[in-house]
Amino acid sequence: MADSPQTASLADVVGRHDTMDGSKPYIVTRDLNFFYGESQALKSINLDFPERRVTALIGPSGCGKSTLLRVINRMYSLYPGQRATGEVMMGGVNLIDPKVDPTELRARIGMVFQKPTPFPMSIYENIAFGLRLHERLSKSAMDERVEWSLRKAAIWEETKDRLNTSALGMSGGQQQRLCIARTIAIRPQVLLFDEPTSALDPISTAKVEELIAELRAEFTILIVTHSMQQAARCSDQTAFMYLGHVVEAGATAQIFTNPREQKTREYVTGRFG
Amino acid sequence: MTDLPAHTLTSYDEDLDRLRGLIVRMGRLCEAQIVGAVDALVRHDADAALRVVAGDNEIDALDAETERFAILTIALRAPVAIDLREIVAALKTSAILERIGDYAKNIAKRATVLAQGAPLEPMVLVPEMARMVAQMVASAIDAFVARDATLAAAVADRDQLVDDFYTSLFRSLLTFMMENPQRITQSAHLLFIAKNLERIGDHATNIAELVAYSATGERLAERTKRDDTSSVIGPRD
Repeated sequence: MADSPQTASLADVVGRHDTMDGSKPYIVTRDLNFFYGESQALKSINLDFPERRVTALIGPSGCGKSTLLRVINRMYSLYPGQRATGEVMMGGVNLIDPKVDPTELRARIGMVFQKPTPFPMSIYENIAFGLRLHERLSKSAMDERVEWSLRKAAIWEETKDRLNTSALGMSGGQQQRLCIARTIAIRPQVLLFDEPTSALDPISTAKVEELIAELRAEFTILIVTHSMQQAARCSDQTAFMYLGHVVEAGATAQIFTNPREQKTREYVTGRFG
Repeated sequence: MTDLPAHTLTSYDEDLDRLRGLIVRMGRLCEAQIVGAVDALVRHDADAALRVVAGDNEIDALDAETERFAILTIALRAPVAIDLREIVAALKTSAILERIGDYAKNIAKRATVLAQGAPLEPMVLVPEMARMVAQMVASAIDAFVARDATLAAAVADRDQLVDDFYTSLFRSLLTFMMENPQRITQSAHLLFIAKNLERIGDHATNIAELVAYSATGERLAERTKRDDTSSVIGPRD
């Protein structure tokens, strides 16, 4: 955060990855507004997403957290009538500038969705297919990249002997990790997760969360989640959103032990609405 | 912090209320035990003192129940923020109250011994000191129930008075022992009683600090403890 909040001593101990010390902002939004036609879904969002840290976006349905993810990778530009104003700065470039090519942008900012969406192809092809759109790789380079991304997604051991079988035969948890592998195969810098475990059982959820903890070493991660415990477990920073505003953002340990704002307190403790 | 809205899940509030109820019961019992022990001491009533000794079991049982219920609530509700702080405060407060109960019991045990002999002169200060620390315990529990950090801070501030009382009693007992060496055994018991009361004051202060943290998420400013008895036992004396 721009003004990193002071954490109480208890908060320091509780935090999944203690404090935000030493991390640089990687994506910065300034006065970001977003409109679905006439209705404004994001209102003057000013957030810093630190490099190689996990930021969780929490808030009730309709608060704008998924919209924020969609703005960051320009998903909205597929739809007429949707527009964003303000800045989403990454590496000196405003990502919502129409001059920025969305396809090129999405190679740098990968996204994983709520439900696993494997292609009706083999496990190998699920990864190779998207890669071919971005890069020309030799057969051996492609094999290497497929293995690399499956290993990174912690699913190599389960798939190495069945790479040519259909991805649709995998369990939901495996499919989701395959989708993560597919996303990181393109070697993005940022990963956006939109409720990545809401369709998964607790064991698959734990595996995906463990994976997020590992991916954090290389990627800047944003995760939208309805599970407050998931936000507490996985993230370094948490932003609480409500009615299109960021009510409060701070070190996750602080948000869950000593939130500053009344609304945040009510939401995280289950006293909301 | 008293105007917290209810949880969406009402049974969660019922759990927290039950936990608070347990702390209140323990606090009231401790208060009664302190008053009862010192009352038995002053009245030389060994039977009453023995009843206080027996009464400690109830506090121990409540401590065990509070601990069990707090752990259950943490396991089932995954509390955060003020709820988590409050449950942890209840857990620690329960252990502190159990300790306060032990001090009251110890005072009562010594009262059965002191009931055998003639009254000791310096004893006149003890009831007032006991009244002060019992009041501190009661206020600390009131602050816990009301989530009142201001009241908690006021409790912590009163500890200095108790310490001053103790220092004063310590000095008069030393003088008394020098003048009446044949009564050193009884005086030593009374000195321990005074020390127990002084410790109860410290424990009530600890509860107050927990309450302040629980209610606000911020710690009370560190107090500098002024216990002057060490200078009394220095080489000068």
